[in-house]
Amino acid sequence: MSTAANSSTPSAARRGFLALELDGDGGHPAAWRKARHTPAELLDGTRVRATVLAAESAGFHVATFADGALPPAADSLDGRDIPGRLNALQRAAFAGPITGSIVLVPEVDTVYTEPFHISTQLASLDYVSGGRAGWLVAASDQAVDAAAVGRSFVSADGLGREAAASIEVSRRLWDSWEDDAVIRDVATGRYIDVDKLHYVDFASTVDFASTAGAGYSVKGPSIIPRPLQGQLPVLAPAGLLSADQLSAGAADAVLVSAPTPELLAGEIAEARAAAPAAAVIAELDVVLDARGQSAAGRLAELDAHTPWQSSRARFVGTAAALTELLGSVLETADGVRLHPAVLDVDLEELAQLVLPALRRRGVLAPQQPGSTFRNLLGLQRPASRYAAVSVPSAANN
Amino acid sequence: MADTHIGNGFVPSGQLQLGVFFQGVNSGTVWKSPESGSQTDFESFRRIAQTAERGLFAAFFLGEGLRLREHLGRPHALDVVGRPDAQTMLAALASVTTRIGLVATQNTTYNDPADLAHRLSSLDLLSGGRAAWNVVTTDNAWTGANFRRGGYLDHADRYVHAEAFVTTAKRIWDSWEDGAIAETPAASAWAAPGSARPVHHGGKHYTVDYVPRLPRSAQYRPVLFQAGDSPEGRDFAARQADVIFSAHPRLDDALSFRRDIVERTVKAGRGANDVKIMPASEFILAATPQEALEKKNWVRSLQIGPEQAIAYLEQFWGRELQGFDPDGPLPDIDPVVEETSETRGSGFHGAKAKQLADQWRAEAKDKGLSIRQFVSARTSRGDSSFTGSYTEVADRLAEYARTGAVDGFNISPWLIPTGLDDIVNHLVPALQERGVYPTEYAGSTLRENLGLATPVRQDNADTVRLRLTVGEQLL
Repeated sequence: MSTAANSSTPSAARRGFLALELDGDGGHPAAWRKARHTPAELLDGTRVRATVLAAESAGFHVATFADGALPPAADSLDGRDIPGRLNALQRAAFAGPITGSIVLVPEVDTVYTEPFHISTQLASLDYVSGGRAGWLVAASDQAVDAAAVGRSFVSADGLGREAAASIEVSRRLWDSWEDDAVIRDVATGRYIDVDKLHYVDFASTVDFASTAGAGYSVKGPSIIPRPLQGQLPVLAPAGLLSADQLSAGAADAVLVSAPTPELLAGEIAEARAAAPAAAVIAELDVVLDARGQSAAGRLAELDAHTPWQSSRARFVGTAAALTELLGSVLETADGVRLHPAVLDVDLEELAQLVLPALRRRGVLAPQQPGSTFRNLLGLQRPASRYAAVSVPSAANN
Repeated sequence: MADTHIGNGFVPSGQLQLGVFFQGVNSGTVWKSPESGSQTDFESFRRIAQTAERGLFAAFFLGEGLRLREHLGRPHALDVVGRPDAQTMLAALASVTTRIGLVATQNTTYNDPADLAHRLSSLDLLSGGRAAWNVVTTDNAWTGANFRRGGYLDHADRYVHAEAFVTTAKRIWDSWEDGAIAETPAASAWAAPGSARPVHHGGKHYTVDYVPRLPRSAQYRPVLFQAGDSPEGRDFAARQADVIFSAHPRLDDALSFRRDIVERTVKAGRGANDVKIMPASEFILAATPQEALEKKNWVRSLQIGPEQAIAYLEQFWGRELQGFDPDGPLPDIDPVVEETSETRGSGFHGAKAKQLADQWRAEAKDKGLSIRQFVSARTSRGDSSFTGSYTEVADRLAEYARTGAVDGFNISPWLIPTGLDDIVNHLVPALQERGVYPTEYAGSTLRENLGLATPVRQDNADTVRLRLTVGEQLL
């Protein structure tokens, strides 16, 4: 993808994009203690509106919305940190009509949710956002998620297989209506051309010996016409999908984590080699100096309440140093996803100091109102896989 | 004059509410008109929802699609096909509306209770307490072919299953104590320890073991709509629902339906006024009665064109009937199937085909109806449509309000996205002049706007009743 994105301007610096994770009050579990609203106000539409608009006006290209069961501290219901979360896809849908350029990417689990529902919901998100939707694929490794729907627990390799199957179902369903299936032909009384609708006839090859009836099939076609983008971009954490699945095009972008910012470059190169066609997005936790307080001091204060455990590289420091780091990461990655410790605090610093400096350097892709996520990733709008095969049969008729 | 006495302590409110049903996939939407817009673009949904809100409508409805309808083994081509996911669309509409209720039709067979309850909670919180769930209970393997669970449910079990499902959802919605969340970020904990309870359900069809993730909304929990009309469906609604929208639109039918529902509701231990009735209906209105009639004929001719008329019969004959003249008599050849199978995914099936064909041929001959006229009569919403001038229809509706036959109507506009304009611009003011329609929203939540009482906690009913008797008037 990166080649397509950048080949048109070979002389210019690489231009990457920035994504912002908007869950809760920030990435840090104790972030709510520094929020500028009452705790209950986190779980309503006003908060979703405020944060996504702040992210868009700050110049972020992408907003992501985490989902699923909350960290173990919340499972005990001790209530110390936030145990509540609104459904991610609905938060993204809520943001669709009120935003104009930011891409909306909810995390959606592939293991314990119905593939047909996921596909339809994501296609609908593409419609309500004007083609600015994506899908961050998750595969829950939490036993509580299995128990919630009364299914057997899936672990290890099973997660990747479930995820790949779910992606495949969605992709087929998105293609199951050809682009021009709705014809509204008054002369013949036909609303659709039936030849342009296709059964997907997907049968899961997932075979869990321990799980009775874990395999499933989906007949199709989709219940909704093809999404505006044809295919929504699919993002997956590096390591979830196998090399075979990646090379078959299961994901359009992979999210890469490293233990430290210094080690990110190596991980990015490795991900690039594993999936040459996919975009590479680096994950980064961020704590900035703010309001006269050092980043390290802020982090220590938050950690004293609840330690921030994360598998991502973490930057703790000044806006200027973060600007340097992001500039250098964007030389090899296509994008960076930031997880600010406290949204209300760190997003303000990012908006005022970091993003303007990166824009001045010319390393950020322009924000384009009305543009699609595929455009941002430099991806063409693909033809339906079924359109190609229907041509010969039409010729035979 | 109909017998307007209802009994059992029922008190007519004298008021009407309106809802709008954005139609997905039946022959009601006139897509052939040049004015007809997209059925999938967000702007169509926004236009209808915002027009309805301008007209102080209580609710905006969406159906649910789980499999495309089929005709003779292929997707049905003649009517509107394809629609968005209900809750995704409603979440988007929540950000561009402020008062109107958002009703999602969702199936109890092809959803998981914890997942569905969580998403409805999310919609309820995102919208500030405006979400509702229209509970439906499909149970066939044909629909199930798109789902992991398949068609695992016996028809006879569907209400038993639905009731367990709804009860589980209510327990999930009731699982966080009121006031559980801290009032300030300076508090020692975000939520009071132990203030949210896990929900367990072990049943014949599924088990749920779930830690709920959301508090109650401004309206406590989503409003429940239901449309089942069988005795089981009515009992289910009387026990569980807040609003019924089965169509019994003629005044005498509506009154007897109300009597029946009130009786069942009281028997279920609820108040006589606890279940609202808002039948699905269609309005064809104009400035004069004559214009309205002409409009109705035009609408019907577009709803059932020649192709639709033939295709309608094909479903019951089980064969192609393209050679027959839509303006001629019903086919003289017999069905090739033993049992009828109306377009998969809707309506009834399983009648004896030959018997039905004989009966229809006799009826059409008797009345002198062509194929098209016969099908149009069969499929028209004859009873559930209100045709007339604005003032004429407003007078009729005022009578429904006065008697308490219904609490309002769920309107299916036959044109998208401008089909509500004349209703909001002309009928609503006429109803307001007659004092039977609100002049402003009663509150910010759907429950307030429908005049519904705050629900009692599923798991804590005694405590809440006690609090109500001490602190407020017991409802």
